[in-house]
Amino acid sequence: MGHHQEQEWETVIGLEIHTQLATKSKIFSGAATAYGAAPNTQACAVDLGLPGVLPVLNKEAVHMAIKFGQAIGAEIGTENVVFDRKNYFYPDLPKGYQISQYDRPIVRAGKLDIEVDGETKCIGITRAHLEEDAGKSLHEDFHDMTGIDLNRAGTPLLEIVSEPDLRSAKEAVAYMRKMHNLVRWIDICDGNMQEGSFRCDANVSVRPKGQQEYGTRVEIKNINSFKFVEKAINHEVERQIELIENGGKIVQETRLYDSVKDETRSMRSKEEANDYRYFPDPDLLPISIEPKLIISINDDLPELPDARKKRFIEDYDLDNENAVILISSRSLADYFEALVKESACEAKLCANWITGDLLAALNKADLDITESPVNTERLAGLLRRINDDTISGKIAKQVFELMWQSNATADEIIAEKGLKQITDTGAIEAVIDKIIANNAKQVEQYLAGNEKVFGFFVGQVMKEMQSKANPAEVNRMLKTKLK
Amino acid sequence: MHNKSIKELAKGLRSGEFSSLELTQSFLARIKQHQSLNCFISVTEDLALQAAKRADARIAKGDATLLTGIPIAQKDIFCTQGVKTSCGSKMLDNFIAPYNATVVEKLNAAGAVMLGKLNMDEFAMGSSNETSYYGVVRNPWQTDSVPGGSSGGSAAALAARLSVCATGTDTGGSIRQPAAFCGITGLKPTYGRVSRYGMIAYASSLDQGGPMARSAEDTAILMQTMAGFDEKDSTSVDMPVPDYQAGLGDDLKGLKIGLPKEFFGDGLSSRVGAVIEQAVQEYQKMGAVVKEVSMPNLKLAIPTYYVIAPAECSSNLSRFDGVRFGYRCANPQDLTDLYTRSRGEAFGKEVKRRILMGTYALSAGYYDAYYIKAQQIRRLISDDFKKALADVDVIMGPVTPSTAFGIGEKIGNPIEMYLSDIYTIAINLAGLPAMSIPAGFAEGKPVGLQVIGNYFAEEGLLNIGHQYQQVTDWHQQIPKGFE
Repeated sequence: MGHHQEQEWETVIGLEIHTQLATKSKIFSGAATAYGAAPNTQACAVDLGLPGVLPVLNKEAVHMAIKFGQAIGAEIGTENVVFDRKNYFYPDLPKGYQISQYDRPIVRAGKLDIEVDGETKCIGITRAHLEEDAGKSLHEDFHDMTGIDLNRAGTPLLEIVSEPDLRSAKEAVAYMRKMHNLVRWIDICDGNMQEGSFRCDANVSVRPKGQQEYGTRVEIKNINSFKFVEKAINHEVERQIELIENGGKIVQETRLYDSVKDETRSMRSKEEANDYRYFPDPDLLPISIEPKLIISINDDLPELPDARKKRFIEDYDLDNENAVILISSRSLADYFEALVKESACEAKLCANWITGDLLAALNKADLDITESPVNTERLAGLLRRINDDTISGKIAKQVFELMWQSNATADEIIAEKGLKQITDTGAIEAVIDKIIANNAKQVEQYLAGNEKVFGFFVGQVMKEMQSKANPAEVNRMLKTKLK
Repeated sequence: MHNKSIKELAKGLRSGEFSSLELTQSFLARIKQHQSLNCFISVTEDLALQAAKRADARIAKGDATLLTGIPIAQKDIFCTQGVKTSCGSKMLDNFIAPYNATVVEKLNAAGAVMLGKLNMDEFAMGSSNETSYYGVVRNPWQTDSVPGGSSGGSAAALAARLSVCATGTDTGGSIRQPAAFCGITGLKPTYGRVSRYGMIAYASSLDQGGPMARSAEDTAILMQTMAGFDEKDSTSVDMPVPDYQAGLGDDLKGLKIGLPKEFFGDGLSSRVGAVIEQAVQEYQKMGAVVKEVSMPNLKLAIPTYYVIAPAECSSNLSRFDGVRFGYRCANPQDLTDLYTRSRGEAFGKEVKRRILMGTYALSAGYYDAYYIKAQQIRRLISDDFKKALADVDVIMGPVTPSTAFGIGEKIGNPIEMYLSDIYTIAINLAGLPAMSIPAGFAEGKPVGLQVIGNYFAEEGLLNIGHQYQQVTDWHQQIPKGFE
């Protein structure tokens, strides 16, 4: 998007996020929900939509929806939560209708704060409703035919609908990331985007800056990565602005994002859209949710990311950047707090080590914090040795690398490799004297007022002592000697 | 043997007067002998003989129930594992159900011997059994007359003594109307009293399975096994099932009978009216008192029903799409062709008519005017009954405005056909229990008395039927040629 366009046009985005709930069984049947089973092995009579079968609501899915509602400060429908049928024909939709919620969803209005470029913005959430997923149509390997896998049919989804409060692709991504973190944080979704556990549709429109009314919106379907959300929205915004500026008109339609070609293409227009003929599913009575249940779910809710971030900044004196990284998952935040407790070191040192060396190593090995080869106990052992000056920060990095590759403790590695810091002033003094004697020219420069040369002396001493000298001691003694 | 009650048969089986195998063989022979009535879609002879042998063993061991070894026939709307379950439609002519309906499961567990699957109107849509893909069933009392519908096969089979008892389903009168036309006893239970799991859905909020037999006592015995909460049916009610037989001795002194004036107005055949009046007098002789009641919204029952039932059916029948089971057209060209021809070729006229009506009623722009309005009227009709039943114990009236009409007489005029359910439909809209009891004859054809009770008052209704059958013998009349 060019500078010129940004001044004239405002982008308006609303996201519909489909979150696959991590229940053991399906939303209306007892079949398992595990991903990746052989086609149609996890579809029972109910999932297949056989004649005569009836749905029975999975309570676990209801509990998870309530949990989510509590996490976004939403009102929970109590008396009048209704499941509706959304009617349309498609081969991977066995009953010819999807059980969803139309105008009486379980989670009503709530909100989520996002942070973009250091600014906090509150995004409204219109609603979140429970529904069943459809199966999958497989178009490859069937020689002009389509294969149907109904394993996914009936998997519980929570569709989270935002207000059109997002103003850029960047905000949309920030919102999606925040939501992705939240649903995993409260254990209602595994967040696996490759497997489709967390995917989104984006409603995108543009309008001249300052205009009150929204422009005609286009829905982009099934975007399953953060990268694609950004690309798909930016592409769509460009397309819309270009079209309007060339005298065209946006038509309300559904478009599909092609990640390979980086473009969206029309799926169906409003005229071709289905009339879903929503009506309350007579097989499922309206549910009422006891306030007692809502309270007990709320009591079990973990401390939420925003609250935890605030506490990290206030109680541990962390900077915002580190705090944001540390709350990127609940297990990482837990790791941090356990490390602080275990090491009894300064929280900043702990935070820096996690966001620095540990996360870098985890990323490189493509591991989650829960799979870290170095647990908090071992990392605490390392930090304690930094803290008591046994080793320098530089040596600590070497020790950490060795810890990553073995089960040894920091102390074992320090002892075995002889990495203990040298604090014996006699030994350091001998080396300093030698360096000063061998570098008369640099001594001259330093005494003439070139302070920069001081670093040279430090480097030479450390090199001579294989980095094991206590840097503070080296500094102090060099300063005295070079007077 | 084929005129004996369940209790008499149970006694004979236990005393060794005859075995279940002999009893079953004798009924199978009668079914063959009277094939021209066309009561059965499938006769499961081998399965019946095996079940009879198992029943004999059970009786010998002494762990039999009253139904053990008793021949029964299932309406072909109930899924029966390993047996064709057609629902009277070409659509399911090739459908072998892979599971048992809960009702079937319960009756099998009690040791009842299934003789076969009974003819019915296609997908239970019809009042004459003429919409069946398997052809019309003949009324044993007058073989050029219809047996009523949709449970026409059930009623005709019982009148002709081709089974001891049978299951039926009632969405707008489908148990009571054929019971009346064929001179047998049938109970439509309170909505939620009998599980709908495995009963192929027509209109889910109205459908209710129920027992059909020759006497109220046999009906009570059958009901005992069929009734009860089912966790697989979310609309079934978790309430203890009373001992229906235990209630059969109570006298009717002081029983308050309400006669709705709307049941005795224009449109009721005077001869049917006379039979009903006489039956009511019989109750007065037993000590009951009569009171006129009024249900002003009753006249709206038929139009209301023909919005709600088709709306639900249009969605319920979407699963019959030629993809996973049932009929598939030859050489489909593409998906649309597969859908339109499979459904176009396999559904009959009446089913298509109701799918179209229901699709229309649920469409955008019509939903409020039809579906929502109909639901509101449904509430008014329920309130009429509630008000009336606050004053009286039961409501009595005719089941049908006339006796069984001729085959072909009304099939060309849907409105006239729909009007034959004028006295039964409102009860389904209200979800109340009601019973049809043989009360006499007009023009040589049976007339049924309808007794409507309050929610879950089946016990009282069965006793009211039973007491009447102690002082009358209408239920023991046998059509000529079927002695």
